[in-house]
Amino acid sequence: MVPSFKEALNSGKFVVTSEIGPPKGTNIEKMCHHIDLLKDMVDGLNVTDHQSSVMRFPSIGGCLAIKEQGGEPILQMTCRDRNRLALQAELLLAHARGIRNVLCLTGDAILVGDHREAKGVFDLDSVQLVRTVRQLESGKDLGGNDLNGAVEFCAGAIVTPEARPIEPQLIKFENKVEAGAEFFQTQAIYDLDNFSKFMQYARQFPVKVLAGIVLLTSARMAKYMNENVPGIFVPQNLIDELTRAPKGEALNTGIEIAGRMIAVLQKDSVCDGVHIMAIGREEVVPDILAAAGL
Amino acid sequence: MKSITRQKPFNEIEQQLEDLDRIFIVGCGTCATMTRTGGREEVLEMKNRLQGLGKMVTGWIVIPTACDEMTEVAFRENNGAIQDANSILVMACALGVHRVSLYIGKPVIPALDTLFIGIEDSPGDFHEVCAQCGQCVLGETAGICPITACHKGLLNGPCGGTNNGKCEVDKEKDCAWTLIYQRLKEQGRLDLMRKYRPPKNFQVVPRPKVARIV
Ligand code: SF4
Ligand code: SF4
Repeated sequence: MVPSFKEALNSGKFVVTSEIGPPKGTNIEKMCHHIDLLKDMVDGLNVTDHQSSVMRFPSIGGCLAIKEQGGEPILQMTCRDRNRLALQAELLLAHARGIRNVLCLTGDAILVGDHREAKGVFDLDSVQLVRTVRQLESGKDLGGNDLNGAVEFCAGAIVTPEARPIEPQLIKFENKVEAGAEFFQTQAIYDLDNFSKFMQYARQFPVKVLAGIVLLTSARMAKYMNENVPGIFVPQNLIDELTRAPKGEALNTGIEIAGRMIAVLQKDSVCDGVHIMAIGREEVVPDILAAAGL
Repeated sequence: MKSITRQKPFNEIEQQLEDLDRIFIVGCGTCATMTRTGGREEVLEMKNRLQGLGKMVTGWIVIPTACDEMTEVAFRENNGAIQDANSILVMACALGVHRVSLYIGKPVIPALDTLFIGIEDSPGDFHEVCAQCGQCVLGETAGICPITACHKGLLNGPCGGTNNGKCEVDKEKDCAWTLIYQRLKEQGRLDLMRKYRPPKNFQVVPRPKVARIV
């Protein structure tokens, strides 16, 4: 039997997670192929929840597929699309079907997605969602009513170590720890010095931190993220490295950069592991791991 | 406090008035005058446009405050022109539309969309300050409302979308939680950002909302 994500987190090993993006539509062939490819290489596979507010096959559906294929799913749950009844109900479903890990997020705004006139729910926020998980574990729902069968989850949250200003973000991080988050997957990080400073701070808390590694596929993508994605800063030297790559080789350079960063994080024991996001290029995750020497 | 309104696209007004050719126009001397959506000038301009469509405007009035009970008196005084009309076009916020509907058995058509209750920052610039949530937390958030000023209405600090003090939905808009953080810091009350705020009660006064204040 594969060890659970929680066991991996507590084993002291350098933990690796990656993520699966469900399809827009019912054709789950490619998703299942990615699951197959990655499930034995990582300690857990996140499934995104209508990432960027784009309507897709649901996170829970992807997690069930991972279970069926013998992997270890991490259910991403945002507060954007469901009120507190629906969120709790989904946690019950997840637990009953053997899903044991949940990542609690606020969720992107409706306005950045592909259904821009929809109602954003946000009945709960991410801190309240972590507490909701803990409440359901105590055998009671948010209304204080008894559950016939409680849940048990390894619950995590996210943090943006490059947010500016950083202090409100750190206070929120501590609020999530206080709420009962056991692990954190970070927003993409590229500046290892900055990240090491963040880790020195984060180490005082009893939580595991997995550094977010987003694969850079081109200099253009890096510049785009710098301009448009909050909390992501790709340093100029990495952009230059991607620019210098021969035609058609930028992706390989991106794989090299990701592998190199992971290797340093592991060698210097900067953090407890990494969360690799190869948005749309899941098939190269094994190459990233190889480049990292994992 | 003002009810902030915006005129509906003219073709929507035209559509609503499709089978109605004798129109009495009602403007409002308070909010809609200040937002320049239903004052004297706008009412007269509307009159011309409707006449341009071949409609008959039987009369018009700008009521001092369309949402209060004096509206009834104003209507009595204009009874003739209102009798002549087969519809009333209201250039006031929805509160005015409601008030007018109370007194008149004819179709009452809104010419404006009511956007929010807000205040004016500078001439022509308005912003929402309160969504009347029924459970005010301003005392803990340095006077900045996280329900209205934060796009997601978050109660426990900023989301990951905050970007150099701006909100993920609009680079021009301030992130409410960055503002709250800055003000609390100035006041030496940052501990309030660490205080857990439980899920909000969205049913303080369930809809339809009524209250008897004694
Ligand atoms: S918290 Fe905000 S919405 Fe609620 S009453 Fe106070 S100002 Fe209004
Ligand atoms: S960026 Fe700030 S204002 Fe915008 S949704 Fe996030 S916390 Fe709210």
